[in-house]
Amino acid sequence: MELYLQWKELMRSGADVAFWQSFYVKFYQAFIEADRWKQYLSRVGTTLLVTAIALAIGVLLGVIVASVRTAHAQQRPGRHNPILGLFNAIFNVYVTVIRGTPMMVQLLIMGLVIFKTSNNYTMVGALTLGINSGAYVSEIIRGGLMSLDAGQMEAGRSLGLGYLPTMIYIVVPQAFKAILPALGNEFIVLLKDTSLINVIGGKELVYAAQGVMSRTYEQMFPLFGVAAIYLVLVIIFTWLLGLLERRLRKSDRR
Amino acid sequence: MIDVSHLTKYFGDNLVLDDISEHISPGEKIVIIGPSGSGKSTFLRCLNLLEIPSSGSITVDGVCVTDPKADINAVRRSLGMVFQHFNLFPHLTVMRNLTLAPTKLGLMSKDEAEAEALRLLDRVGLKDKALEYPGKLSGGQKQRIAIVRALAMKPKMMLFDEPTSALDPEMVGEVLTVMKELADEGMTMAVVTHEMGFAREVGTRLFFMDGGKILEQNTPAAFFDDPQQPRAKEFLSKVL
Repeated sequence: MELYLQWKELMRSGADVAFWQSFYVKFYQAFIEADRWKQYLSRVGTTLLVTAIALAIGVLLGVIVASVRTAHAQQRPGRHNPILGLFNAIFNVYVTVIRGTPMMVQLLIMGLVIFKTSNNYTMVGALTLGINSGAYVSEIIRGGLMSLDAGQMEAGRSLGLGYLPTMIYIVVPQAFKAILPALGNEFIVLLKDTSLINVIGGKELVYAAQGVMSRTYEQMFPLFGVAAIYLVLVIIFTWLLGLLERRLRKSDRR
Repeated sequence: MIDVSHLTKYFGDNLVLDDISEHISPGEKIVIIGPSGSGKSTFLRCLNLLEIPSSGSITVDGVCVTDPKADINAVRRSLGMVFQHFNLFPHLTVMRNLTLAPTKLGLMSKDEAEAEALRLLDRVGLKDKALEYPGKLSGGQKQRIAIVRALAMKPKMMLFDEPTSALDPEMVGEVLTVMKELADEGMTMAVVTHEMGFAREVGTRLFFMDGGKILEQNTPAAFFDDPQQPRAKEFLSKVL
């Protein structure tokens, strides 16, 4: 504290200071002065909350969209269900539009046009991320369901099990294991993409860094600090996903 | 048991089954042979609607399965199917492979199904593998389990789609033995196969298929000793 004030004065007077001295001052300003580290920490909570909400929405949408699109594709020729066809068409448009437009533009449209009157920018951001993620998750799930050897479905059906029971007891458990790495990847992308909700005023980690930057006129340390926090979060989640994968692999003992 | 009338199947523009009409009676052991691409597997797969016929009708035990309103799952229950590539469920133990369908369809309680599964496994000499996962078994073991998995549904007829074609030569025998026992017990069977010895020994009637048609049919002994069609003679000269 004393060192900080002393060196800060020195720097302000224009005196030559050693690199490590200015390093210390800037670090102190960015994280310690006025308990600024608490600002980052509280925003980590927001980042995680937004990730969790977006993930929940994304997985829910993804499962629904993938189920409908797969079921539609696997109907017997000549027995098309019109309701399934309608939803399939709607979900096709959804996936095409979401994957065909940049996340940033989607966020701006949601925040500044559709939810223009809402002040809860963070939740609007979480909702947008969830809707965006749903399109990608649905394609991951669909890919997993489609890639499983068709013989598995045939074996289930030939035993007299219906389409849905065969899916539930035979196809989905195997597909889940296959898609877990891709799903984990999507989750990590989502975690980092929460930083984008900053453009519509969402209050997460980058927002905290911006607050500090505007106070101290110093960019490097807040930004590096935020980057480091994201990195640590991603490393933790990667590790947790690895644990889950290993546990699942243990159960099939191949 | 099964009545097939004017069965035709196209894959795209490709005619795979060309106006087949046939009848299979209970207790018959039909063996189906022919060159690859002759439509024999497709014919078999049409019987339990794994392939949907383009036209024609199939009646199984009085139920017209090609009628869109037919309860296909019920028909499939009565027709056990064994695949070339076994298609065991790799994420389930052998026991669960056998009990899944009977319990989920409410045909047996879990205890009944497990007792039945053990009895069937014992019959093919694999009782000790009940708690293994399929990945740990040899091809011959997998196929024997696939056969008893189908038997666990107490089918009236068994369909075999080249059951030994994916096996190492030394494992073919163990699977054929199980199939022979099944035939001796009076099970109605339709077997697509390249095992001419088995066809001759077990079959009561033989279909020789080519170009989507049953070109020739006879008792296996008569067919192998004296094929009538030039195409059949040519085929036999290559495989025997």
